[in-house]
Amino acid sequence: MADKTFEIPIGPVHPALKEPIRFTFQVEGERIVGVDIKPGFAHRGIEFMGLRRNLIQVLYLAERICGICSISHPIALTQAVENAAGIEVPPRAQYIRVIVSELERIHSHLLWAGVAVHELGFDTLLHLTWKVRERVMDILEELTGNRVDYAIPIYGGVRRDITPEQYPLVREMIRYYRGLFEELADRLLNDASIRARTRGVGVLTPQEAEALCAVGPTARASGLRKDVRQDWPYLVYGDFGVKAITPEDYGLAPQGDVYDRIIVRLLEVAQSIDIIERCLEEMPEGEITSVPKVPALLAQLKKAEGEGIGRHEAPRGEVIHYIALEAGKEEPVVWKVKAPTYSNLMPWVPMFRDQEIADIPIIAASIDPCMCCMDRVYIVRDTVEREVWKEELLRLSWGKTDRIRSRIAGRSLRAAEAEHGGA
Amino acid sequence: MKLTSFKRALWVFHVATGSCNGCDIEIVAALTPRYDVERFGIRLVGTPRHADVLLVTGTVTRPMAERLRRIYEQTPDPKAVVVVGGCGATSGVFYESYNVVGPVDEIIPVDVYVPGCPPRPEAIIDGVVKAVAKLERLEAGEKV
Repeated sequence: MADKTFEIPIGPVHPALKEPIRFTFQVEGERIVGVDIKPGFAHRGIEFMGLRRNLIQVLYLAERICGICSISHPIALTQAVENAAGIEVPPRAQYIRVIVSELERIHSHLLWAGVAVHELGFDTLLHLTWKVRERVMDILEELTGNRVDYAIPIYGGVRRDITPEQYPLVREMIRYYRGLFEELADRLLNDASIRARTRGVGVLTPQEAEALCAVGPTARASGLRKDVRQDWPYLVYGDFGVKAITPEDYGLAPQGDVYDRIIVRLLEVAQSIDIIERCLEEMPEGEITSVPKVPALLAQLKKAEGEGIGRHEAPRGEVIHYIALEAGKEEPVVWKVKAPTYSNLMPWVPMFRDQEIADIPIIAASIDPCMCCMDRVYIVRDTVEREVWKEELLRLSWGKTDRIRSRIAGRSLRAAEAEHGGA
Repeated sequence: MKLTSFKRALWVFHVATGSCNGCDIEIVAALTPRYDVERFGIRLVGTPRHADVLLVTGTVTRPMAERLRRIYEQTPDPKAVVVVGGCGATSGVFYESYNVVGPVDEIIPVDVYVPGCPPRPEAIIDGVVKAVAKLERLEAGEKV
């Protein structure tokens, strides 16, 4: 019997991890008994840089928080700024934002499916999912001009319209994915080895998901009906009545394991296809931005004062941007980003518990982690342990001396005045 | 450039040093059926000790600089380093930050730059082919 716990460090650079993060697993034999996670290797200080640039530059920075969610962050940021500055978004622009963000969800979920099956050693299916993913990449390139980093949202609208010639191309893609859905579902959900490797693996109970604030497909696979598009509708999502998807929609009771996460993401691809189709049908003609000239936009943003919050259901879950603007300043005073992976980090701990070492890659991948999204600086106030540095002590001490000195000086001055006055 | 066939399969190690994932997914796209570099024998490997070429993505963050240096040293000679993406080449949009010490060529020697945000898979393949050409010259005993 193993009565000793060993530590296995994994990362920050490891073939099972595409991005840098460090895990330290405590194992007893093959069984994982604990995990410590050290993020921060992809931290580039984006918020810090954003506070030194004008809001248009911040938009491009926001897009490069994450290359996979390269419309989710700009959508959240533009909504925050539009909130703060009171800028309206024309209906057509709202539809275009929704279309591109749902296209992004399709490409991201297909990407995830490929990565997940690769972690299981099923590379044939990796190549199949990535082959079919190229179709949505083609459409993204057609509509936005780039395969990744689309530069579509701008404050008050979008930067590119969808032309009449592009409608049939998108419809063709919708037909392609509809025709493919059965096959993909069959390959991913009815394969005996995939099921054996994912059923009952990396379980997150609904209670844990709720207590640890899991978001996105990770929370929904545990049975929580939680989706920003449903709970706090924005853009035109309110009109569509988007419903959060859980494994129940596939006719199965949610177990919160990796298999359920595959189901949820697969059904969400179908949901996104439906949303895009409705957008194409209902999208009105009209302006695509309320402030077409960038200098005018910058001038308007410079005058704006206030704070705003923007939230968006990214492929991985809820992303929130908070912004505070001050009149007369081109750059934001505060910019705070909370990405979905930050919320999904702690759920890793119960997922890894009592699992085997060989299951580490698939469980790690199952939340679809995105370190570059997550690695922000968080300052935790009111903690029990607080370090007081020498400089801070000195500053406190000097401050006290200054206060006392001015009081003494004041008194002696008054005393002196009294003396002079009396004389 | 005369390059009729590769002398051997080329093994590539991918290291993300603070990238936004944009280049990383395009590297994977280059490996999968649409672009399929595996037909030339190019494949990703799990350790730098097996690699001929290092693909580096992203500007270099402070904690990754030391790791990148160690990965470079662990890669056996002859080797070539390909930087994929604009921010690995010049730091791009990530300037004036307390946690960015890149671009990559400040940390390790770089042979090929593939610009773009992110570069298309075709461009990444072109970059790797240029790295092959360098490796073959090195193996032929030329000084590069």
